[in-house]
Amino acid sequence: MTDSKYFTTTKKGEIFELKAELNSDKKEKKKEAVKKVIASMTVGKDVSALFPDVVNCMQTDNLELKKLVYLYLMNYAKSQPDMAIMAVNTFVKDCEDPNPLIRALAVRTMGCIRVDKITEYLCEPLRKCLKDEDPYVRKTAAVCVAKLHDINAQLVEDQGFLDTLKDLISDSNPMVVANAVAALSEIAESHPNSNLLDLNPQTINKLLTALNECTEWGQIFILDCLANYTPRDDRESQSICERVTPRLSHANSAVVLSAVKVLMKFMEMLPKDLDYYGTLLKKLAPPLVTLLSAEPELQYVALRNINLIVQKRPEILKHEMKVFFVKYNDPIYVKLEKLDIMIRLASQANIAQVLAELKEYATEVDVDFVRKAVRAIGRCAIKVEQSAERCVSTLLDLIQTKVNYVVQEAIVVIKDIFRKYPNKYESVIATLCENLDSLDEPEARAAMIWIVGEYAERIDNADELLESFLEGFHDESTQVQLQLLTAIVKLFLKKPTETQELVQQVLSLATQDSDNPDLRDRGYIYWRLLSTDPVAAKEVVLAEKPLISEETDLIEPTLLEELICHIGTLASVYHKPPSAFVEGSRGVQHRRIPPRAGSVESAESPDVGQSGSSEAPPAVIPSQGDLLGDLLNLDLAPPTSTVPSVQPSMQMGAMDLLGGGLDSLLGGDIGGSPSMGAGLGAAPTVMPAALGGAPAVGGGLGDLFDLGGGVGMPTGFYVVPKTMWLPAMKAKGLEISGTFARRGGIIQMDMSLTNKAMSVMTDFAIQFNRNSFGMAPAGPLQVLTPLSPNQTIDVSLPLSTNGPVMKMEPLNNLQVAVKNNIDVFYFSCQFPLSLLFVEDGKMERQVFLATWKDIPNDNEAQFQIKDVHLNSDAASNKLQGSNIFTIAKRTVEGQDMLYQSIKLTNSIWVLAEMRVQTGNPNYTLSIKCRAPEVCQFVYQCYEMVLKN
Amino acid sequence: MIHSLFLVNASGDIFLEKHWKSVVSRSVCDYFFEALERATEPENVPPVIPTPHHYLINVLRHRIYFVAVIQSEVPPLFVIEFLHRVVDTFQDYFGVCTEAAIKDNVVVVYELLEEMLDNGFPLATESNILKELIKPPTILRTVVNTITGSTNVGEQLPTGQLSVVPWRRTGVKYTNNEAYFDVVEEIDAIIDKSGSTITAEIQGVVDACVKLTGMPDLTLSFMNPRLLDDVSFHPCVRFKRWEAERILSFIPPDGNFRLLSYHVSSQNLVAIPVYVKHNISFREGSSQGRFELTLGPKQTMGKAVESVLVSSQLPRGVLNANLNASQGTYTFDPVTKLLSWDVGKINPQKLPSLKGSVSLQAGAFKPDENPTINIQFKIQQLAISGLKVNRLDMYGEKYKPFKGIKYMTKAGKFQVRT
Repeated sequence: MTDSKYFTTTKKGEIFELKAELNSDKKEKKKEAVKKVIASMTVGKDVSALFPDVVNCMQTDNLELKKLVYLYLMNYAKSQPDMAIMAVNTFVKDCEDPNPLIRALAVRTMGCIRVDKITEYLCEPLRKCLKDEDPYVRKTAAVCVAKLHDINAQLVEDQGFLDTLKDLISDSNPMVVANAVAALSEIAESHPNSNLLDLNPQTINKLLTALNECTEWGQIFILDCLANYTPRDDRESQSICERVTPRLSHANSAVVLSAVKVLMKFMEMLPKDLDYYGTLLKKLAPPLVTLLSAEPELQYVALRNINLIVQKRPEILKHEMKVFFVKYNDPIYVKLEKLDIMIRLASQANIAQVLAELKEYATEVDVDFVRKAVRAIGRCAIKVEQSAERCVSTLLDLIQTKVNYVVQEAIVVIKDIFRKYPNKYESVIATLCENLDSLDEPEARAAMIWIVGEYAERIDNADELLESFLEGFHDESTQVQLQLLTAIVKLFLKKPTETQELVQQVLSLATQDSDNPDLRDRGYIYWRLLSTDPVAAKEVVLAEKPLISEETDLIEPTLLEELICHIGTLASVYHKPPSAFVEGSRGVQHRRIPPRAGSVESAESPDVGQSGSSEAPPAVIPSQGDLLGDLLNLDLAPPTSTVPSVQPSMQMGAMDLLGGGLDSLLGGDIGGSPSMGAGLGAAPTVMPAALGGAPAVGGGLGDLFDLGGGVGMPTGFYVVPKTMWLPAMKAKGLEISGTFARRGGIIQMDMSLTNKAMSVMTDFAIQFNRNSFGMAPAGPLQVLTPLSPNQTIDVSLPLSTNGPVMKMEPLNNLQVAVKNNIDVFYFSCQFPLSLLFVEDGKMERQVFLATWKDIPNDNEAQFQIKDVHLNSDAASNKLQGSNIFTIAKRTVEGQDMLYQSIKLTNSIWVLAEMRVQTGNPNYTLSIKCRAPEVCQFVYQCYEMVLKN
Repeated sequence: MIHSLFLVNASGDIFLEKHWKSVVSRSVCDYFFEALERATEPENVPPVIPTPHHYLINVLRHRIYFVAVIQSEVPPLFVIEFLHRVVDTFQDYFGVCTEAAIKDNVVVVYELLEEMLDNGFPLATESNILKELIKPPTILRTVVNTITGSTNVGEQLPTGQLSVVPWRRTGVKYTNNEAYFDVVEEIDAIIDKSGSTITAEIQGVVDACVKLTGMPDLTLSFMNPRLLDDVSFHPCVRFKRWEAERILSFIPPDGNFRLLSYHVSSQNLVAIPVYVKHNISFREGSSQGRFELTLGPKQTMGKAVESVLVSSQLPRGVLNANLNASQGTYTFDPVTKLLSWDVGKINPQKLPSLKGSVSLQAGAFKPDENPTINIQFKIQQLAISGLKVNRLDMYGEKYKPFKGIKYMTKAGKFQVRT
């Protein structure tokens, strides 16, 4: 007999029957009735009509009945909020039950009732439960705060539950600590900037103690929380690592991976010569290997993370190649990941084994996997130079199998090998040519055509081969068409005599018969090039190509670093920054690995083993598709450098050429094209600038409302045009110009950063020296994307005025340090004092009068403001825009006297009297202040505001 | 945390859903079904599937997909581990984890899921605690329940949840006190054409069945603990003691549990207990192929290799197999092209063999791929890594328990390439 008996009643009047049963005096009958109700509910029948009857059953000492009623309540409270209030009393009562388990059950169920009206009544019981003497109740209540926050965040904050929750981190019971951490982490996700999880050494200690004693799930929460902490020094870092290491032996793989995350992050801080550092490295390998013997789904997540770890620290798993060998019944997603890691671990020492494996995989059944395996052989050849020859012969063996897709993949990768080791393996071309007819995929055809074109002089019948492709020119894909065009032009330049007809044919096909603009453009370029100056054409088309780099699709170092801090999360599975996730983006802060203590290494990107790929931004081949695009460019672009972003330059160049820039090309001055690429690259900067502009609008609006009974439109805060602060010469290519602005009460430092160096700049940060008014950055410098050469980016840095204070000379001097991946640079700049004029600087008239009298006359300073062509009203309006407020105006003998007050951020009041004589462009300004040294700067502000 | 759970059967129907927070519409599973459709094999569905507002994390166990829905950044492993725990619990409760079993016990299933997560946070996942909360259905109990009208929900609240050893239930009483341990090792290996080992590793577990009265405190020591350099423990094991003395000291959960699992990596020498001689060849242009397999024992420390089962996925072009087994029976499924040979026990004096011919589709090309041979076997009374338990002691209780230890070696993913 099974539970299905509860589902069988379908009679009419069922509800009526149940109602009667629910109100029965017999307990057993009641219970059966509630069960029937629940069963109907789970299959989607509407039994909400029974709400009062079911709620009546709640007041019982029978636990099962209570639970069932709770289940019902959770389901229907939303649709019957008024009725649900009837249940409140029972909850309140249950929360005071002598049995802690009943108290916990009540508080747990309470939180699941997602009805606003009820939540208010539940605050008191919840508060009691959070301070309950029993840890089980406290632990349940902690989660309840997170539930409540989900329903009504404001209520939770107002009731001070967040603080209580924070206190629970120091609870004596490990389970309570773990749940408090979990609840806070979840709440923190919807409050990106809150300091909910404010970690200090004491709380860290608490967490580490709790870590040993709580459940596996609690350990995950605590470890993830620990990973957000930045230790003060290497010793603290080491002691945390020591206490986390035992978690590597946990049976739960999520605990293991979270522990790996903490260790990977914190070991970055340890000095490398430390013995412990080596020990730690050794300890990391076995648990990672063990993850691979778990279920395939776990393996997949583990492999995605291992992929990151291997890129960051190849030494950890370098001896473990064999565990990544593919079993034939692994799911395809595991196979592909394993293959990727095998290539990353491939080195001279193990390449023979790897190749033998890859060759084995290339004969498997799964087409996707076979293709990737063949491609992997090519990647091995490019990565491990010593193995190239063996790889090529393996590929040739595979081509002999004549399996269609294997041959095609092999040809694509052989083309890559040619680009890495030119003029080394041409002997295989003959074999490749034999398979020409079997190629039906565009990528393989394009690759083959490229090879024929590139080595046209050594292939006797190159013209015939290419001609054979030309027959169906219009049926080919664009990729193949472009490649064919280029190859034939190459052929012509190499063997001009025999192939004139062929080249004319292809040029006319490309320019006259094609609808594809790219193809047409390229055709025209070649045509003009060839007809104007064949020598130049030869130089351009047959220019020496830069070699492709060794390591393929490495993750960019800053992203890698961020992902290492997010091991075990979705971000690490997708290899994308956490901010890229739609829902997750709310709460994500960019996490960085803390710098190694007391070492100079912090600025340079972390070591990536012996491969040395950190020196220059590697010209990465992201995917095969892009590679071809890249190839096409190489035919045109000058062999200057391996600028990774040559791609746009091609299109730009082409457009310009058609616009009459042909001469410049023929003149050999092709240097123009990369700079055009740079121009294109600069385009995205428009967006940050626009973003920076947005607060300004808001500020202006704020001012509008401040006006009160204002006369006319006051102008907003006057912003001085940007001036050069740091010339590129002094800062290894980084140029900074900037200005200050006050927008809506927030001081902002607007800067344009320009990269005038050849390499990409990343990792920007900013710091101020102590200064007269305690200005300090209110947030980090937001330069999210790396700054590529010749790119300019505009950033707005909000400033606060509660930093450390030190008097500077002059008073408004600000010393700034800017750091990037290259070095730290220092400069100083001066800010207008009006930056510090606050919005509530309007003094009461009476106070003004008293203060004016109170300040000794010695403190008064007089200035002349010359050549101002404004009447007193306009001037007063203008000044108000900069928070200089006119309190009163008096006219005496044709002379307007304006009495004005200013308040600085450090609460210093400045009083002023301005005399304006009609018709006279010169104003007289008297300034009185208890700190007379500011007068001079206030005067400067007046002058600046009035004259602009 | 975990928002919702959907159970999907092999034919792609959602047959159960459970929401721990607000209700997420079933339509979110459409993304899963798309992925299911794209996958060539049922097990090839990617474990993590993104949708515009949610992430779907799924595991496939017992031909049922357990699809969890999450909304914010949650560690995927946490979700996957939890899902596996759900499956294990179902299996523990119902004996099997099938669609029929879940549907038959739907009330228990809901009760379990309700107790396992609270608002998406794991609450009670230890089987000991769950069983106190919700009694597993047994035939006897269902009969009793139908007669007396009582139910399977525990009248008592689980006091174990309050204790410092949450994995052990309190007030345990047995008339026969016994503690049995099984050391089970699985060999994963890839053997190449020529018979040499490409990679071999051992996954070992020590499973326990402990039925002891009161609060016993056990210590288990090994003859050669140095073999265990990569271990994962049940939370009950005191890690410090292991680090210092290489002794397992623990208060056991009641009943069956996995005390530890360990891994002997490919860098150590792993003994391979069986070998395969094979000759599988197809000739170009001929519609016949030759097929010969012979099995033999290798390093078995004198123990018998039993329950041997050989299976191989033959190339698609194979129409039928006409073979002769010297012992056991073989079957060939012409649809899936799966050849399986149930060998039984290997007799070292008379090696089992399977010989004959396979017929290919007429006019088809010679198959490109070489079939891989999968072997399963068991060896009783042997832990192939050489691990041996030294002694088991009990403290904290007065009585004398029965103790027992069993060893077994099995093939895990044991593959021979041809």
